[in-house]
Amino acid sequence: MLILILRRLGSMVLIMLVVSLILFAIFETDKLAVAGKVLGPYSSTEQREIWLEENGYNQPFFTRYVIWAGNAMRGDFGQSLQLKVPVSQVLWPRLANTGILALCLFAIMIPLSLFMGVLAGMKEGSFQDRAITVFSVLTTSIPEFASATLLTAVFVFGLGWLPGTSSMTAGFSFKELVLPVLVLLLYDFGYITRMTRASMAEVMNSQYIRTAILKGLPYQRVIMRHALRNALIAPFTVIVLQLNWLLSGVIVVEVFFAYKGFGKLLLDAALFGDIFVIEACTLVAVFVAVASQFISDIGYTYLNPRIRFS
Amino acid sequence: MSTTAANTIERPSALSRFFRGLGLLRESPIGMFGAALVLFWVTMAIIAPILPLLDPLAAIMPFQKIGAVAPDGTTFWLGTDDKGRDILSRVIWGSQRVLVWASLATVVAYFFGMLMGVAAGYLGGWWDEVISFIGNVLLSFPVMILYILIVSYLGASGINIVIAVTFASAPGIMRIVRGLILDLRTRDYIAAAQTRGEPAIRIMLVELLPNARGPLIVDACLRLGYTVVAIATLGFLGLGLPPPDPDWGLMIKEAVPLGSFAGHMMVIPALALSSLILGFNLLADGLREISLRD
Repeated sequence: MLILILRRLGSMVLIMLVVSLILFAIFETDKLAVAGKVLGPYSSTEQREIWLEENGYNQPFFTRYVIWAGNAMRGDFGQSLQLKVPVSQVLWPRLANTGILALCLFAIMIPLSLFMGVLAGMKEGSFQDRAITVFSVLTTSIPEFASATLLTAVFVFGLGWLPGTSSMTAGFSFKELVLPVLVLLLYDFGYITRMTRASMAEVMNSQYIRTAILKGLPYQRVIMRHALRNALIAPFTVIVLQLNWLLSGVIVVEVFFAYKGFGKLLLDAALFGDIFVIEACTLVAVFVAVASQFISDIGYTYLNPRIRFS
Repeated sequence: MSTTAANTIERPSALSRFFRGLGLLRESPIGMFGAALVLFWVTMAIIAPILPLLDPLAAIMPFQKIGAVAPDGTTFWLGTDDKGRDILSRVIWGSQRVLVWASLATVVAYFFGMLMGVAAGYLGGWWDEVISFIGNVLLSFPVMILYILIVSYLGASGINIVIAVTFASAPGIMRIVRGLILDLRTRDYIAAAQTRGEPAIRIMLVELLPNARGPLIVDACLRLGYTVVAIATLGFLGLGLPPPDPDWGLMIKEAVPLGSFAGHMMVIPALALSSLILGFNLLADGLREISLRD
């Protein structure tokens, strides 16, 4: 177990190193272009040279990379070109906003999708199984911005129940969170439901469940005490890995509803060419993705007795 | 020729095998429905030039509702947008554009993904280590972030979208192919080919790859759907295929601010996109169901 953790940690660090090196190479190999971005398109070459000298850009590539990576690890990503403030000053509040969104989403999605998945997997091929499966394929098939469009058409423009933007200009409001969470929920819950269903169906077909039923245990007890324990191991990994998908989906949803989160920050930076913000956001996103992969690997090994004790 | 043909059992032609495969799909009603949706949009995309459509770029009359009739007698079956362009025509031409670019991107991604996968799986050793590590690095990016990084860095154009899709999809394809090849390489016919002294490149491309095609067809179907979503999403984010040619994602982006009084402008492309993706997903489900059966 310890060896596994160390190996996973090692590959995690290696991936972060390579990703940061690639990012740095893409955005900062051309020093004059960086200076041009910072000083604006009308700056003269001499001005750019002076800026490069002042900011230590005339050192060898790898020295610069090590300094840059060290600063990034301490949370110093430089100055945003578009917003004219240190990147860390915008990055963390934006991440917190996305965190709120994700928290609301997971608080609803996990119980709902596990419940639906167990319900479907309990009796394979039954009506409830087919209905849940078809519904989850249907909702997963609609891209986020298409379902956002359709839901907006109904609830904002049709019925007028909900606000169409979630910029929270007048302070925090739960009402503005409803549509973003609903869109992400529709898109993401189907996958976990199907995974839970498959896992539950497999457990229900196993020998020990048949024994428990034939032994005369009440059906409820068989499900609650015997089946669920093993059936919920596989969905756990899927739920943690969902974080990676969420980071993709959250960009679209935040842009659609003008929610001031991490995804919108990244897209605005990409459209503007705000390289330091792009670098910071990408590093954070890849870190979250790699760390969730790590947690899911370790968690799965820990939860699964067949692997744990072998 | 005729004498030898009489003595050998004829292998059914590729075309007849294809139609037999389609016939199998009849056993899965959900797969049939998906195939019908995909077929509908593919047909629309192909016959768009001969359909009696209005010019998708011509400004005629702005903000016409669904089914409105112009004074000169032309009917706007799905209304017009804020710039007075016919939405029906734009949706159908948009399907052609998204399908052409999505297919191209998927084919290119498959080309590189299969090459990487077959090399990693068959050659093993350092090849495997290096290729798998590159794949892991690329897969550690959330997909949308990879798209945004590549397209915003290279600039928004069709070719650059193909490049972005290749970077995002090839590692996943590589993993699948690698897994399949690891299984196939232990078969007898590979040992036979090695004994015959066939070069590794021939074994990889002629002996191994064609035999790995089954699961890849299902995956390709799903991936084509993802790619359509990716292209439309990039269009929606303002990083897609350049205007003014009709693009579903861009149509939705432009329509959302006007939603309060021209809801059809945003609902129609959203429905078109959703139905196409649903088609791909259901078709892939049906294919998987059938392939698991036998």
